[in-house]
Amino acid sequence: MNIKVNWFKYSAPSAFYPLAGRLIPWLTAAAALLVLIALYWGFFLTPERLGGTNPQKEYYRIIFIHVPAAWMSMWLYLVLAGWSAVGLVFNTRLSFMMARAVAPTGAVFTFIALWTGAFWGRPSWGTFWDWDPRLTSELILFFLYIGYIALHSAIDDTRRADRAAALLAIVGLVLVPVIFWSINCPDPNQCAALHQRSSLGRIEGNILFAMLAMTLGFWLYSFATAFARLRGIILTREADTAWVSELLGTGGAR
Amino acid sequence: MFKVFACILTRDLTLALRRRTDVLTTLFFFVIVVSLFPLGVGSERALLKQLGPGVVWVAALLASMLALERLFAADYEDGTLEQLLLTGQPLSLLVLAKVIAHWLLTGLPLVLIAPLMAMQYHLDWGAVWIMLVSLAVGTPVLSLIGAIGAALTLGLRGGGILLSLLILPLYVPVLVYGSGAVAMAAIDLAAVVPYLQLLGAFLLVALVFAPLAAALALRIALE
Repeated sequence: MNIKVNWFKYSAPSAFYPLAGRLIPWLTAAAALLVLIALYWGFFLTPERLGGTNPQKEYYRIIFIHVPAAWMSMWLYLVLAGWSAVGLVFNTRLSFMMARAVAPTGAVFTFIALWTGAFWGRPSWGTFWDWDPRLTSELILFFLYIGYIALHSAIDDTRRADRAAALLAIVGLVLVPVIFWSINCPDPNQCAALHQRSSLGRIEGNILFAMLAMTLGFWLYSFATAFARLRGIILTREADTAWVSELLGTGGAR
Repeated sequence: MFKVFACILTRDLTLALRRRTDVLTTLFFFVIVVSLFPLGVGSERALLKQLGPGVVWVAALLASMLALERLFAADYEDGTLEQLLLTGQPLSLLVLAKVIAHWLLTGLPLVLIAPLMAMQYHLDWGAVWIMLVSLAVGTPVLSLIGAIGAALTLGLRGGGILLSLLILPLYVPVLVYGSGAVAMAAIDLAAVVPYLQLLGAFLLVALVFAPLAAALALRIALE
């Protein structure tokens, strides 16, 4: 048996465009389903209050959106920087487009994490905002996303825009360990934080399930939105090519 | 190789000293910003003492950022930068020379005048010294990181504002530990050492990686 697999088949925008179009409905449906399951589970099948040293009442349910959004915000930045690095090293067009398509979704999740965090902070800490390392670093992450998008849209020449923004994303990567350690601070005494450390191992099963389902749902949602945005970017950039004019000429949306 | 390095360094210094206003504007911007704060927040001694380290550091940050725009701009406009790219010398070394010249012209005067500014805020002698040291170690980091942003935004419309958007988030660790060192000096002089060590570590890392990244950014900009 000698099956030759062409690993690079879908690295051509013209090949990826229809694939993304076929995947988007499935991804969207699966994301919606998972988010609904997670919301149902989170609202109805979890304990009413969270015990421990700092008992929290109903409002702890923000966790089902807050924590997955915060995870996604960091993960998507790694994805963004990863595609940027691939683009700079291998000089592939699609990876730059992918990075550009992921950035707004990442910024949105960062914003959601900050916003829901403020709503959670008000009842439990008595304040919407505190200059705690974790909050501050999430805010900086948000600025990094905004900087990436701003630099990309300020440069007219797409090739330069792609490469310059990619370099910025990689330079910004030095801050990601800082953000990570501000959350999982090795020594809590050194961090003076209101935020407790993440303690996945000690979470009640139902809560954990709802959180993980929500994370997976957010993940699929990120794929769906990134692909949808990617299709737009591909069409704009390849507008002069034969396959796009053929596609638009025949009136097919796929 | 080192001859080219020295050549660029002396060239940039001579050029800037022939047109001193650029250097002086940065310095006076720093002085004015620092002097404005007491007028805005009130001149209570205890309050100023507490605000001093942060204000001086933020002002230094803004001043060094304002000056960054001109780091590559003049050379870009008259084509010198393209010649530098074609020299066959390691570009990161040339960038390092330019950044050092830039720091000597805009960062160093800032460091030297900072004790005077600190006195406006009634800081103790210990804190003034720590401020001098922390600025001396921290401002080169600002210039180095800033060079990447300056290279990325080279020749763009609205480059100045964009530059601040890109670079200021990256300045945060330097700001936190720089002003942290000065604030800590008021409490316990011995506790300052780790802050300064961290600033030193930032400087070393930036010295190694920032010229490489800035050189790559210049190549992207001039392609």
